[in-house]
Amino acid sequence: MAEYHLTTPLTDADIEKLKSGDVVYITGTIYTGRDAAHKRLTDSLDKGEALPFDLKGALIYYVGPSPAPPGRPIGSAGPTTSYRMDSYAPRLHSLGLKGTIGKGKRSQEVKDAMATNKAAYFGATGGAGALLSLAIKAAKVIAYEDLGPEAIRELTVENFPLLVINDCHGGELYTKPNLEAALAG
Amino acid sequence: MRTIPAQTIIDKVAEMCIAANRELPEDVLRTFKERQAAEDNPAAKETFRQLLENAELSRETGLPLCQDCGLAVFFVEMGEDAHVDGMSLRQAINEGMVKGYKEGYLRKSSCDPFTRKNTGDNGPAIIHFDIVPGDKLKIWMMAKGGGSENMSRVMMFPPAAGWKGLREFIINRVAEAGPNPCPPILVGIGIGGNFELAAINSKKALLRDIDDKHTDPDIAKLEEEVLAAINKLNIGPMGLGGKTTCLGVKIMVAPCHLASLPLAVNVQCHSARHKEVVL
Repeated sequence: MAEYHLTTPLTDADIEKLKSGDVVYITGTIYTGRDAAHKRLTDSLDKGEALPFDLKGALIYYVGPSPAPPGRPIGSAGPTTSYRMDSYAPRLHSLGLKGTIGKGKRSQEVKDAMATNKAAYFGATGGAGALLSLAIKAAKVIAYEDLGPEAIRELTVENFPLLVINDCHGGELYTKPNLEAALAG
Repeated sequence: MRTIPAQTIIDKVAEMCIAANRELPEDVLRTFKERQAAEDNPAAKETFRQLLENAELSRETGLPLCQDCGLAVFFVEMGEDAHVDGMSLRQAINEGMVKGYKEGYLRKSSCDPFTRKNTGDNGPAIIHFDIVPGDKLKIWMMAKGGGSENMSRVMMFPPAAGWKGLREFIINRVAEAGPNPCPPILVGIGIGGNFELAAINSKKALLRDIDDKHTDPDIAKLEEEVLAAINKLNIGPMGLGGKTTCLGVKIMVAPCHLASLPLAVNVQCHSARHKEVVL
């Protein structure tokens, strides 16, 4: 398993070299977005409106951070469960989104979209939101402020630590649970 | 009749909401360390290392353990000989929760189910009341995250399903949830009662310490057996594989209707945040 330091925006070449299980440290700009923000992004696309950020080469982090206490750019900021964004992700990948960051399994449709559009799915450690926030150096709400924790934020990150869960070659880090052994007791 | 000022309840509840979100219980921390040592998979060991570092950081800085500070769930035992002065007990608990989530910089995660508009104050708190003899007020608070709650289920089995049917359902549920609910998880199980009591009991069961053994040795044996079975799934910490998919299984049993065998499985993420206070 290799280790890479990547800078945003990500390119096809960045993604093609990644294999599931690789450790990746991201530096640059990433965008937050979860359930309600994805609905609004999709509604905007349906109406032909411009999106609040450029999807080309972008990374979306599925997170709704806790409020920033005084003296910090952001509160806790760990990943939320990704499958809830599965119905939105393929369309965003087709428009240039190079990666998503979350936790948990993705649908076959999302995996296919990542293979077709050269994109990857990254895992961050769930429930380690205080620790992950240390790699976030600045945060700014750029859209949908009324959504509160679900607003889209532009995050400036330095060596944000990730694991490649799904690569663009069909590789996946999660294995099937050993159901037979468990049921046998 | 003993009088408890509403303000005392407000302040205590605010305090416990903040503390629950910053201080992982000792039994959880101890289990993390034990399981970290027991794991062979480097990814599992590394996940535990990060979770322990996160817990330390949260305690030091006051940043919440997890950005999902949860819906605030309360179990309350109100003594028959105690009375709250100033406002209703429900109102006092809710005001304390709102105060704690505001002053502790905790995330407000409550929204309208249709419009999805955030209520802005994490309210209303979800409160389960019980009236008990005596003049004490006992309050348990859980910060229950949405990711693990989404993986929970209630199932109304026919009696013929028996323990075999329940056991299969529980194991299948954890297998299907896989990496989604932030394993290693705790599993609260309500058996019997009816549709809503099974669910409430499955959550209440999660308030027990990880090391706590069920008072009924037969049920204690079932808890151990299901825990061992789940840990054969090899889902592991954050779904990266390993011996620790589950930290504990806690069962709460209640009598049920002749026609039913209700089962509720409440999944709790590794960030098992709860506090209790006696007034």
